Parts: sequence; structure tokens; C-alpha cells
Amino acid sequence: MDVIIWSRIQFAMTAAYHWLFVQLTLGLALVMAVMETIWLVKKDEFWKKTAQFWMKLFAINFAVGIATGIILEFEFGTNWSNYSWFVGDMFGAPLAIEGILAFFMEATFFAVMFFGWDKVSPKFHLASTWLTGIGATISAYWILVANGWMQNPVGTTFNPETVRSEMASAAAFWEVITNPVAVSKFFHAVTSGWVTGGIFVVGVSAWYLLHDRQSQFARKSLLIGAIVGLVGSGAVMLSGDSSGVHAAEFQPMKLAAAEGLQDGGNGAAFTIVPGIKVPKMLSILATHDPDGFVPGINDILRGYTDSEGNVVPSVAEKMAMGREALVALSIYRTTDDPSEKAEARYALEENVQYMGYGHLEKPEDVVPPVGVVFWAFRLMIGLGMLIALVLLLSLIAVWKDKLGAWKWLLWAAIICIPLAYICGQAGWIVAEVGRQPWTIQGLLPVNVAISSLSAAAVKTTFFIFLAVFALFLAIEIRIMIRAIRKGPEVEPEKS
Amino acid sequence: MKSIRHTMAAVWHFYRDSFRNMTWGRPLVWLILLKVFILFAILRVFFFKPAMAGLSDEERSRVVGERITGSQPPENPDNTYKF
Repeated sequence: MDVIIWSRIQFAMTAAYHWLFVQLTLGLALVMAVMETIWLVKKDEFWKKTAQFWMKLFAINFAVGIATGIILEFEFGTNWSNYSWFVGDMFGAPLAIEGILAFFMEATFFAVMFFGWDKVSPKFHLASTWLTGIGATISAYWILVANGWMQNPVGTTFNPETVRSEMASAAAFWEVITNPVAVSKFFHAVTSGWVTGGIFVVGVSAWYLLHDRQSQFARKSLLIGAIVGLVGSGAVMLSGDSSGVHAAEFQPMKLAAAEGLQDGGNGAAFTIVPGIKVPKMLSILATHDPDGFVPGINDILRGYTDSEGNVVPSVAEKMAMGREALVALSIYRTTDDPSEKAEARYALEENVQYMGYGHLEKPEDVVPPVGVVFWAFRLMIGLGMLIALVLLLSLIAVWKDKLGAWKWLLWAAIICIPLAYICGQAGWIVAEVGRQPWTIQGLLPVNVAISSLSAAAVKTTFFIFLAVFALFLAIEIRIMIRAIRKGPEVEPEKS
Repeated sequence: MKSIRHTMAAVWHFYRDSFRNMTWGRPLVWLILLKVFILFAILRVFFFKPAMAGLSDEERSRVVGERITGSQPPENPDNTYKF
């Protein structure tokens, strides 16, 4: 395998590992904040103890997950230096805001939340708990602004002098932070975290019920977890719908790959699994119109006319325009003749949106690995629906007082904890593998974004990370299981 | 001035006393410190040197510009753009 593949695998592993902690942090923060709020409203010490237990698990997850995101920034500078320079202040600004504002907010209020139970007033403590969760959520927003820009690079202008994408004004910054792709990714990612937090609480509570321990604590925790998880599931579906529409608009190849759609058309069917289709459903999901046009892989390669009558050039045409952009950039950067420079700049600006296509060798290079994206998409949706069903049944079981009788449901809830993580990872595979070969959609393919490195160097750090990550994950799981086995200090244990 | 100093002292005591009185959280703090050490003192120093460290902004523009314009495939026969 070459350096590009090793660098991509390394980045994917680091990002996937980082996300394991983020998704639980986002969800558990909401669960414990709700529980603490109930404590303050009801003045019932039970809820304080309950919130403290979940906060303990939150702290374990937070401690092991902390700083794993920093490794991604190491990799940007070492493995993806061309990309890092090219993205310019576009990445610098959101990540700096994330680092300064959100992270410090999160870290400061986390300390008050963790240490301050008997040292600050209950209201201040509650505010700190909420602000810890809000800080984590704001962090996620800025990261997803950066990620959303890579999927749909709006608000920036390519500067041929500096070879960077630059934000020229406050309006451009606003366009970047309100990028529709970033906004829908943010809601999708955060609310999927609520689902993870919800099913985690339901699953752990189910374990106590199966072991006939802490039954009041488990039942009430399960109720809160199920409500948070179900609200998250509903919001995930809504934001997923919006993500689908944006994919159709800005990244039609990703959608075509996720559907395995070779030839598109009006009134396109949605494939549940190969051989089972729902007529017109893909058009509804992608365009909110049962007869809307959805391009397939071949349509995108050959060029097509979209639902609004816009002619989308073929990939070969985009490649030609991309090469014109690259030739113009080359002339602009080497000539001293002012008129030639002006002409080159004009040609560059005319074709810059296709500049990345100039690096491709053949049109088929824009097709991502269809099988991986297709099955990851189905895994994400299938597991998401299964988890939503388990959450709904858990709520019904609490309502009908069937938790003791429906032992199968308790087991299902426990099994759903790892499934929630697999679901989250599958979602990221759809989002990131589905946009290959681009690091920045249409502007910079992975083979140009990479640094001049040897594959051996990346391989070495990959295996170091693998060992370190595996060690820390094993430690986290061990500490977490020990804390769960010990249980909350809510009810006296049966002897 | 006095109130700022008082607040700073209160914050310091809050953190100091909290860390001193930690029970189950103590191994987590050690875990964080160990991880930060591995990340910054080992991986960052020995394995993750920025590829363009030491270059000025002009040099970085030149390097990336050459990489971008130099990596294009042979000229497309359909490319009709001429100066």
C-alpha cells in the first residue's frame, strides 16, 4: 500500500477513535443535566445521587477521550501539509474558536461540575453541568463547520498568490458558518450522540435490572435515557433527511454511491437491500418530490440536466476545465507580464471550481468505493432504526410496568450499546468514504493533499497509534465496567 | 485589585483542594497526564514534525503551488485554452 492509503487509514482510525468518546460525551451530558435539573426542581436527593453516578461514567469517558482530537491536528501538519496550507484560514478560524472558546468553556465548567458538588451553590452547579454539555456541543459545531466546508466549500476564494482558500470578509465567514452542509451535519452528529447517550443509559440500567440491583435507580434512569434517546432518534431522522437533500444538491456522487445507483432518473426507487426497492422513495428523500430527478453514477460521469433545468457538465468536461485552471495557475505564478497575468487570473477564476478535477487521470476516478458506502449506509439506517425501536419499547415497558417481564428487551438494550457505536462509525464511513477522492470537494483530491512522506514513516506511526489507542480503550472499558459493577450510591444493596 | 486577588486565590484553592481530595478520579488524572505525555513529548516530538516546519509563508506558497500545478497529468488534447 502506498503513502496515501496509509495516511488515509491512519486519519480514519484516529477520527473514528475520537468519535467513540465524542458521541457518548454529547449524549451523557444531556442525560445527567436533565437528571440534575429534576433534582433541583423536586429537591429529591435520589436524583442528585443518580445524576452523580452518570456523571462518574461521563468523567471516565471524558478523561480517556480528552486530547484524542489533537492527534488529528498532528496528522494535518505532517501527513496532509499541502491540504493544511491550501485550506488556510478557513480551517484556522473555526478550530481556533473551538480551541479557545468551546474547549475552555467545557474544561472550566467540567471542573466545577466534577469537583463542585459541595463547594458551589446547587444552581451554579446545575448551570455548570448544562454549560459542560453546551460547551461540548459548541465544540462539535466548529469542528463540523470545518468538515462541512470540505464537503461543500462555500464562502472562500482561492488566492493564486498564496495558494490558499481565503475568507475575504465577515460575510464570507458568515457563509462558512451557516453552510447548510455544516448545519445539517451538526444536528445529525449531535443528536446521534443523544441516541448513544440514551441507549447507553438504558442498556446499563437494563443490566442492573437483570441483576436485580438498584431497581428504582435503574427504572428511573432507564426512563430518562429512553426519552433522551427517542428525542435524539427523531431529530436524527429529520437531520438525516436534510443531509440527504444536501448530498443530492452538493455531492450527488456520494448519494449515488450510497444507493448503488448506476443509472438515475425521475421517480427513483430506494433500495432497502439488493432486490427490495421502494418505488419513488429515493426521489422523495433526495428532492422531496416523488418524481424528482436523481442522477446515477453514469449520469454524473456523462453529465446531466437536473430537476431545475441546470446543465451539469460531464466529468471529462470538468477535467478539461480543471486542467485549464491548473495551467492558468501555473502561468499566473510564473509570468512577469502583467497582461498575461491578468488573462491567467481570469481563466483561473472562470474554472477554479473544477480545479481539483484537473488532477484526475480518468473520469471514473470520481467514483468512491460503492460497495463500502452502500453497505455502510444500510448498516447506519438499520441499526439506527433498531435502536429507536428498542428505546420505544423500553418506554412502553416502563409505562406498562413490564420491565421485569420483558427480559429479552433488557438484553436487547445491552446489546444495543455497542451497536450504537457501530451505527455512528457507519455514518462517518458514508460521509467520508462517500466523498472520495476529495479532501475538498472538487478542489483538492487526496493524492495532491498529501505531504512528501515515505509510506514506512506513516506505517510506523499508524501501528504506534493502534497500540496506544487499544491500550487506552481497554483501560477505559475496564474502569467503566468496574464503576458500573460497583454501582451508584443510591439504594442499599441487597445482601 | 484586592477582589481579583481574592477570586484568584479562591479558584486556586478550589482546584488544589479538589485534586488533593480526589478518590476514584485520581487514576483518571494520571491517565490524562500519561496520555498528554505520550502525545506531546513522544509522538509530537519524534514522529509528527510538521512537513513544512521552518518554511516562511512565501516558501510554503511556492512548495504547495508547485505541487498543485506540477502534478497535473499530460495536457488534455481537448484543452483549447491558449494565451
